[in-house]
Amino acid sequence: MLDIRHISKTFGKLEVLKNVHIGFERGQAVAIIGPNGSGKTTLIKSILGMVVPERGSIAFQGQTIGQDAGYRRHIGYMPQIGRYPDNMQIGQLFDMMRDLRNDTDTTLDEELIHAYRLPDIYQKSMRTLSGGTRQKVSAALAFLFSPPVMILDEPTAGLDPLSAEILKEKVQREKQRNKLFLVTSHIMSDLEELATDVLYLVEGRVVFFKSLNTLKTETGEERLGRAIAQIMQTHAS
Amino acid sequence: MEKAENHKAGILDLPMLKIAKYVVYDILRNKFVLAYLLFLLLVSMSFFNLESDPAKGMMSLLNIILIVLPLVSIVFATIHLYNSYEFTELMLAQPLRRSDIFLGQYLGMAASLCIAFGIGVGVPVLLYEGTMRGAILVGCGLLLTLAFVSLAFLSTVLARDKARGIGIALLLWFFCTILYDGLVLMGMFAFSDYPLEKVIIGLAFLNPVDLARIAMLLQLDAAALMGYTGALFQHFFGSFWGGGLSVLAMLVWIVAPLWVATRIFRKKDI
Repeated sequence: MLDIRHISKTFGKLEVLKNVHIGFERGQAVAIIGPNGSGKTTLIKSILGMVVPERGSIAFQGQTIGQDAGYRRHIGYMPQIGRYPDNMQIGQLFDMMRDLRNDTDTTLDEELIHAYRLPDIYQKSMRTLSGGTRQKVSAALAFLFSPPVMILDEPTAGLDPLSAEILKEKVQREKQRNKLFLVTSHIMSDLEELATDVLYLVEGRVVFFKSLNTLKTETGEERLGRAIAQIMQTHAS
Repeated sequence: MEKAENHKAGILDLPMLKIAKYVVYDILRNKFVLAYLLFLLLVSMSFFNLESDPAKGMMSLLNIILIVLPLVSIVFATIHLYNSYEFTELMLAQPLRRSDIFLGQYLGMAASLCIAFGIGVGVPVLLYEGTMRGAILVGCGLLLTLAFVSLAFLSTVLARDKARGIGIALLLWFFCTILYDGLVLMGMFAFSDYPLEKVIIGLAFLNPVDLARIAMLLQLDAAALMGYTGALFQHFFGSFWGGGLSVLAMLVWIVAPLWVATRIFRKKDI
């Protein structure tokens, strides 16, 4: 459904993505793992069209993405650091997003809005929000239009344990609906609960892209964290 | 049934105009544009009240417009665009075209500043000098606002860094309002042995502030004070196609920087 075709990207002299070539399908929940600066966020931003790769292309449902932005209708994105217009109140932000989407035929998924009790703080302006509350707003926005593809960049970082649990349960439920999830995180236990597949990036290169079960049998480890640690060690030596 | 009703798309449903609408909301929450409006209102009213002859009031007002308006337009638009980086980022993750996002932001910014100018200067001019030349003064101000907001958008896409972007904006302002005339004057002295009048008419087209200044000075009959060059200006810019050409040049000053900026923005990494 989402095909990354030989993309490369450099920022100045730094090569952030090197000939990345992978395909994602519906029903997969892909954990994107890699050390800091391995190109995870750049990969995500390329999929969203925020970063334009120098070489290669990205196709969504067979259509190469270019200047046409329509495909983003099908993607929900929760950024690593949610940044919103300072002067806006939470309620106004949600109203604006609904207005801009103008999708009359999609049913809105307001489950997270209510689970996080956001209507109680609709009057608060975005400037005054804590990092965690911003994350809640980002999560609620990402799920709002119930898109078939969800991209979550470090979703649980900054969330309190209860809110993180709410989000993980939400992802579990949505996974049953044949959606594609791309999730980056450094918290292996979270990924282990959610992921079906693991994409491992190092310095902009795909080291492997395997299903979680294959990975566990190959390394002989029961836990994802240990399996990854083992691979990182073999790569380092 | 409800769906059909919702789909009755009005012009305000265009993504570009929707974005412009939210930019205007955001600017209205910022008190700066209101302060700008009040400043213009105060200045215009006092000039018209202090001078017994409205033409003199117009002349003083013109000087303010030619210096302050470009400065405020370019600096405010540049700073605001950098400050709404979060908004831009948020919009880019939505199913919206980059050109719609960028031009929507332009329209919102330009509309806000034009409204401030329209009320701050337009209303007093209408009250004290509701003539053709009053209309031309307001028209020049509006076109200059559009041109300098356009240049502001160009400066922001040229530099990722806010301080550098504002630097470029200030440099452009300084060049158009002060430096350019100095250079032209120096050129005139250096080549005073040659007939330069036509060259000077050509040079005026390379600076939007000069275009506005000449258009206004001709209206105020101050061209008579400028000797032979003034007479030549009167002859050229006063004619139908000369006037038309200067309006066209102003439009180029609005469209060209914006077009270049949009092209850069479409390929920019966020």
